[in-house]
Amino acid sequence: MGRMLNALSERALELGPARDAEPSGHFRISRDANNVVWMVLDRTDKRVNTIDRPVLEELAGHIERLETEKPAAIVIRSGKAAGFAAGADINQFVGASTAEIKAALEQGHQVLDRLAKLSCRTIAVIHGHCLGAGLELALACDRRIAVTNASLGFPEVMLGLHPGLGGTFRATAVADPIEAMTMMLTGRSMPAKRAKSIGLVDAVVEERHVAAAVEAAVSGDLSRKPKSFGGKAMGFRPARQFAARQMRKKTAEKARQEHYPAPFKLIDLWEEHGGDGKAMQRAEIRSFAELIETETSKNLVRVFFLREKMKGLKEGESAVEHLHVIGAGAMGGDIAAWAAAQGIRVTLGDIQVEAIGKAVAKAAKMFKAVLKDPLKIRDALDRLIPDPEGLGIAHADLVIEAAPEKIELKHKIYAGIEPKLKEGALLATNTSALPLEDLASGLSDPSRFVGLHFFNPVSRMQLVEIVRHGQISPETERRATAFAAEISRLPAPVASAPGFLVNRALTPYMAEALVLLDEGVEKERIDACAEEFGMPMGPIELTDQVGLDIALDVATSLRERLGEDALPAAPAWLTKMVEEKRLGRKTGRGLYDYDDDGKPKKAETSASGDAEMLDRLILPMLNAVVSCIGEGVITDEEVVDGAMIFGTGFAPFRGGPVHYARQRGVEAIVARMEELSAKYGPRFHPHPGWEKLKG
Amino acid sequence: MNSQPVYLVDGARTPFIKARGRPGPFTPVDLAVQCGRPLLLRQGFPVSAIDLVVLGCVNVVADEMNPARVASLRLGLSDEIPAFTVQINCGSGMQSIDTAFRYIERGTHEIVLAGGTEALSHSPLVLSSGAVEWFAALNRAKSVGERAKVFAQLKPGYLKPVIGLERGLTDPITDLNMGQTAEKLAHLFNVSRRDADAYAIESHRRLGEATKNGRLKEEMLPAIARDGTVYDHDDGIRPNTTVQDLAKLRPAFERPYGKVTPGNSSQITDGASWTILASEAAVEKYGLTPLARIVDSDWGGLDPSIMGLGPVTSVAPILRRQDMAVADVDLWELNEAFAAQVLSCVAALDQPEVADGVLGLEGRGGQIERDKLNVDGGAIALGHPVGTSGNRITLHLANALKRLGKKRGIATQCIGGGLGGAMLLEAA
Repeated sequence: MGRMLNALSERALELGPARDAEPSGHFRISRDANNVVWMVLDRTDKRVNTIDRPVLEELAGHIERLETEKPAAIVIRSGKAAGFAAGADINQFVGASTAEIKAALEQGHQVLDRLAKLSCRTIAVIHGHCLGAGLELALACDRRIAVTNASLGFPEVMLGLHPGLGGTFRATAVADPIEAMTMMLTGRSMPAKRAKSIGLVDAVVEERHVAAAVEAAVSGDLSRKPKSFGGKAMGFRPARQFAARQMRKKTAEKARQEHYPAPFKLIDLWEEHGGDGKAMQRAEIRSFAELIETETSKNLVRVFFLREKMKGLKEGESAVEHLHVIGAGAMGGDIAAWAAAQGIRVTLGDIQVEAIGKAVAKAAKMFKAVLKDPLKIRDALDRLIPDPEGLGIAHADLVIEAAPEKIELKHKIYAGIEPKLKEGALLATNTSALPLEDLASGLSDPSRFVGLHFFNPVSRMQLVEIVRHGQISPETERRATAFAAEISRLPAPVASAPGFLVNRALTPYMAEALVLLDEGVEKERIDACAEEFGMPMGPIELTDQVGLDIALDVATSLRERLGEDALPAAPAWLTKMVEEKRLGRKTGRGLYDYDDDGKPKKAETSASGDAEMLDRLILPMLNAVVSCIGEGVITDEEVVDGAMIFGTGFAPFRGGPVHYARQRGVEAIVARMEELSAKYGPRFHPHPGWEKLKG
Repeated sequence: MNSQPVYLVDGARTPFIKARGRPGPFTPVDLAVQCGRPLLLRQGFPVSAIDLVVLGCVNVVADEMNPARVASLRLGLSDEIPAFTVQINCGSGMQSIDTAFRYIERGTHEIVLAGGTEALSHSPLVLSSGAVEWFAALNRAKSVGERAKVFAQLKPGYLKPVIGLERGLTDPITDLNMGQTAEKLAHLFNVSRRDADAYAIESHRRLGEATKNGRLKEEMLPAIARDGTVYDHDDGIRPNTTVQDLAKLRPAFERPYGKVTPGNSSQITDGASWTILASEAAVEKYGLTPLARIVDSDWGGLDPSIMGLGPVTSVAPILRRQDMAVADVDLWELNEAFAAQVLSCVAALDQPEVADGVLGLEGRGGQIERDKLNVDGGAIALGHPVGTSGNRITLHLANALKRLGKKRGIATQCIGGGLGGAMLLEAA
């Protein structure tokens, strides 16, 4: 934003007469000449509004007063630039008893019911984020005016819950019920325009027309969209039963009921009570209180906080405005594109200009999926600058090398670029296999060298391992961590050790799957076994996805560095497949064959894995995680869990591998590993690090 | 007025991409962004040091009004930096340099980005005026009956759009196509078809040599389209074409006797070019290495039907002012709109009747040696994106002066409508 617009931006938000009102608690309230009361929610203690007990209690006090004062209308909006409200304060759920939660819920419902019953017209003005309890507050008003930048949603399902402050019955009553259900089931937010088309909001206006739109809403010129025929039909049980069946089917494609009960409970709730607001409200409270008790929800809330914790590892700013990426291969190209999508100016270098071309084409696809808006896509493409000459190196605040994993090549690259780096620039490597100490040797200033290990595909895998080494400066580590967070990825600081955390943990899991395959177990059965546990993808398919060549490389080098007892040897046929260029998904053939959409052709399998198979797959992974903690590769157990969830997709509803191990019992796991070790060999030998976990 | 020295410090262009009958991969601004980004990256001054952006463009597309401003913002320049587009038809890319030159010369500006861009493949299809009237009547019609009546008046010809580019290449005063003006010059200066074809062959050969020997490496930077296609060379070049090949081509504009063919005319291409002009103070402040100093520039005019002779009308006042003869100029970039037109310009400067009689050169005329003229080929080989060419030839002249260690050079071009533009550069 330029200086002029920036200087004027303070004026943009329309707050009516409340603009200059003195804050009273978390609200700023004032009445205009037409007896319209503007209530501006502007939490004094937070940068974004959240809806928690104190806010609801304050709101109750104001409603009580307004019940007697009888204004012409009430306008509720946020005074925060970021948006209306980010939802409920999740902290209030942590450690609360069921009774407390239920009491708080009932109290909240009473407040919103009173708001809904006010005799004067109530109008919510919504800009920016309007999520969860924020949206439930808006839904309790008579009219909703959305500003064009508004984004509305119910993310509760991500926490193993469904809306609990009236969202289920109000959203399905106000908006098209099928659309409202879909919104709650997926947890996805929708833009203002779409919200209007489903009836969730009544108008979409530019911020500059908010006052006029409010006036229209007060005078009755802003009418609600009449319910569609289909929407009315959902008042009838058979129609709902039919729709509910479809919803269950679709939901089951994405999540297993035994792992993620919340969406299924939401469907039950609506099928049973849809069309009867009072009954649905009572059922919602009951169902929500039950869900919040589930391990799934507790673990998903844990995951939410793990994410917050990892974001919070950022201290200060990275001061990276220009990123240069060396190597336009799959990873380099993806890192460059992602950073450009996040607003960073990026130069992408490669000795082959055609490789840069391919990366640009891939970036254009990523931008279309991630950014959607054609102007944003254009701007991101403009920021992603092909740079075959490496001109960007001299401008970059950070250079990420993503060249092939050959140490001589990397040394040569560093020798070429180090003299060109500008003062204060960081040099990073995306290596997943080479020791950083070896890479740093020969650098004239190893203190600015760091590992930034991204995961494939960068746009979906949120983790970045921030790899330190003996000569790194704390400032380099701090800035690298901040950079990862600034481009909306989650940093996990790790030491330079074989495989760092994620590859060290994943490799035994994939290697054991190959052993099982070698023993003659069907590959579909192996994958099904891991998926039943909650892994997003079975280990065989994952090996194909990673690429057999890379998987073999990583496994071989890890085995060399960790010792032969740590990992099973790769089967000979794997080497042969790599030689034959059957490399997995990228070549269309690997352990599976792939169709034109890149989907594996899997045979139907009725038999799934047994407990022993699962333990053979999962326990070596846990063992590797424990060895990383034991050896100081990564110290914070919560960050370990976060890293495994965001870097490998480790079953989020289990709260992470360490959490899972503790839940299952460290003693039991160690005993089980001893058993497996006796039966299958030393690779199952429990690491001494388990002892520390016992405490 | 105390005028300041002005330097051309750097510049770059995209490869010129042949228009192939449908919109090419880049719009005019896309092209300007493609070569502007790497050009700015290789500068020794921060982007914030740029005071002004001037861009020449003739065929502005509807989505990119004032392409200079759109390009400037898309290149990441501050929104506080003014940017405007200039248009003098085929001279627009040179007009931007001329404009930048004047701002710096008068001492108010230090660094100006001056370019030219053109995507001829994006020229719009235009409705005939009859069709436009018909659409307007349809819009005005209110009732179904009225609409039916208007529909009945639809003539099949209304559905045939006029190709905007064709109209753009036709002079409105004389209704002569540019190719026809070249035919007229060929007649007046007695240029043979064989000479024109031979000239064209040499243009392809020279560009081929220059490309092969890496002489364009700094000047021509690759462009990458959204679909990943890399454009890294001028794709209209045919270095292996022979005189025999060209002799087979039929006249493009005046059949059957015309001499101007697609083979001895400039090609229709898309492309952009930027130059960076800097004051002496800026050169010192940022330690820049100028390619050349801009000494003088001018424009001239004559009857639109012989527009191809424009260069001599713009060169003459410079030669007079600087008291130079044709022979004092070490290198010439004379834009190759048509081979016949280039050869006519060469002839005109050498004919006292024209040089002294009309241009008042008082004996300063003379023959431009072929080895000083368009040393690395020209628009016949690489194409003539109209708003870009003037910028390209000025930049290339600066590069060629430097490479060959020559002192003075003139870049000049003919301009549809009966104009010419010229710039005198001196090695810095």
